[in-house]
Amino acid sequence: MSVELKAQVEGFFGQYGGAYVAETLIRNLEELNREYARIKDEPDFRKEIADLLKNFVGRPTPITALHRLTASHAGAKLYLKREDLTHTGAHKINNALAQAILAKRMGKTRIVAETGAGQHGVAVATACSLLGLTCVVYMGAVDAERQAPNVQRMNLLGAELHLVHAGQKTLKDAISEAIRDWITNVEDTHYLLGSAVGPSPFPDMVRDFQSIIGDEARAQILEAEGRLPDYVIACVGGGSNAIGMFNAFLADPEVKLVGVQAAGEGLESGKHASPLLKGTLGIIQGSLTYMLQDADGQILETHSIAPGLDYPGAGPQHSHLKDTGRVEYTSINDKEALLAFEELCRKEGILPALESSHAVAYALKLLDTLPSDALVLVNLSGRGDKDLSQAIAALKDIKQSEVLV
Amino acid sequence: MNRIDAVFAELREKGESALIPYIPVGYPTVEGSASLIQAIAEAGADIIELGVPYADALADGPTIQEASLQAVTNGVNLKACISMVQELRSRGLQTPIVFMGYCNSFLAYGLEALAEDAKQAGVDGFIIPDLPSTMAKPYVEIFESKGLKNIFFLAPTTSKEREAAVVDQGQGFLYCISVTGVTGERKSLPEELPAFVKQARSVTNLPLAVGFGISNEHHVREVSEYADGAIVGSALINVIRQAAPENVENEVRHFIQKLKQATRKEVAPI
Repeated sequence: MSVELKAQVEGFFGQYGGAYVAETLIRNLEELNREYARIKDEPDFRKEIADLLKNFVGRPTPITALHRLTASHAGAKLYLKREDLTHTGAHKINNALAQAILAKRMGKTRIVAETGAGQHGVAVATACSLLGLTCVVYMGAVDAERQAPNVQRMNLLGAELHLVHAGQKTLKDAISEAIRDWITNVEDTHYLLGSAVGPSPFPDMVRDFQSIIGDEARAQILEAEGRLPDYVIACVGGGSNAIGMFNAFLADPEVKLVGVQAAGEGLESGKHASPLLKGTLGIIQGSLTYMLQDADGQILETHSIAPGLDYPGAGPQHSHLKDTGRVEYTSINDKEALLAFEELCRKEGILPALESSHAVAYALKLLDTLPSDALVLVNLSGRGDKDLSQAIAALKDIKQSEVLV
Repeated sequence: MNRIDAVFAELREKGESALIPYIPVGYPTVEGSASLIQAIAEAGADIIELGVPYADALADGPTIQEASLQAVTNGVNLKACISMVQELRSRGLQTPIVFMGYCNSFLAYGLEALAEDAKQAGVDGFIIPDLPSTMAKPYVEIFESKGLKNIFFLAPTTSKEREAAVVDQGQGFLYCISVTGVTGERKSLPEELPAFVKQARSVTNLPLAVGFGISNEHHVREVSEYADGAIVGSALINVIRQAAPENVENEVRHFIQKLKQATRKEVAPI
């Protein structure tokens, strides 16, 4: 067993994690911890999840080898793990369904959730619609505006949507409001947190429910190539798709793991969302982890064109994986992500989410430096329909400014 | 004896409960802050809960969130809060002062340095809403070594097992959260509140102060019947918000006097 796996003691990953929350919430977290430990390995529970993942979500998702984008790299191969092909269009559904089933088994009737890009909100609204649970979603007003199609979907699915006008009006503020709702409605409500962040046991639970991504991908690439990949790459906001992918490879030292954060307008511009590269240790939304903060401990504003990456803290396990060196964290800026978004559409017929485009952009850069027999696996965490209007406008801006130069 | 223990002992003698108003440092203005806090003390506050402004106040409702954010925008940080206490003490203020703030402000300052500087300035203790007793050990050890009190919370959701652990670590007084929810004014107090306080009473000798939703003198009177203190935050901030700027101090004095009067039992025990 690897060092990383052994270090997970009582809600901490090394020194990271914990549950820094109001006393009122402790009972719920303890209940969740206890019930999750009791239910998670029950054959009945596993079967209910497995059936829905197969018959409702459409798993397993395939891995797809790229052809035209990699044509100039003779021999090197790049595979995408196609989470964009899941029902609702992103990896978020894996965790949303499993947690909703867990909540129902715990006797909860009402689900609250936050959403950034809207993908988690849509996934939760879908799970609640399927399972007959009341669904309340908090979304930053700025995010709601830039992800209008997902707002429409959540409404159609019957979710009660609350726009958050506090703070920066993005993901962090939505999480804060969802937590406040949970503090108020402790009896009947489960907080369905969508990323591997927040107080224990969420980072563990979300990783477990997302680890199907890596489990499938590992078996699929072994079958296709007869060996493990040299690199596994995923984008990291809070870090749920990345930890779900990395988990299966943590104990394979020959596989290099790379987490790609959002550099926004550049790491030196101050307008980015890269706490694992530029952050310091602090407590954000219940967890001790790397975060973007000023000298007084106030949380800094973040920027990324990808709303799902626009978050000032990293999941605590990622902070630990950074310190141990098991995962290398790097970044891709808005422009690089947008160009990869377009390239993947043009040359491979795949429309990626802007979040996932960060991982794709890094993989394409990396490919130039690799030997010809290299094997790279990228987690394509979601599809980009939600991003169309914003991405098209931003691409137009890029091209116009290039003409001017 | 520590100032907090001394105040509760004195009030017990007099048959009164403690009035504990909450106000963020630097609110509504930086210039007027010291004299406003002094006015609150003079008008009858028994302990003052000074808010260390934080922009992401997770356990607070909209009123305190906004006030706290305004104080942040006014440029107030933890260092300024410590200087404020120093200033108040040099003006002769004897009222116990506890800092109410979020973990990350304290971590960013450095716990050891904070304990040292806060003690020097005349701070008596800390209330940290996102630091449950289970996570508190390093904080308690550092603060305790300087004689600073760690005030912990009991919530209506706190289990019996946890209650025992919280009580074990508690110092100064225990902060009983009246409702499941965030801070903010409420029309009435929950029916279960007396039973909740009574239960807490059965497991500890620490004074019990009730907070969250204590909005007016009627609430303070009600709480004083079974608890040792009433904490008032959002209602005080709303008084400040609604007052004309030149009238803030007067309105606040009047409000605090009214609340303090409600902590005095009509028939004093002999």
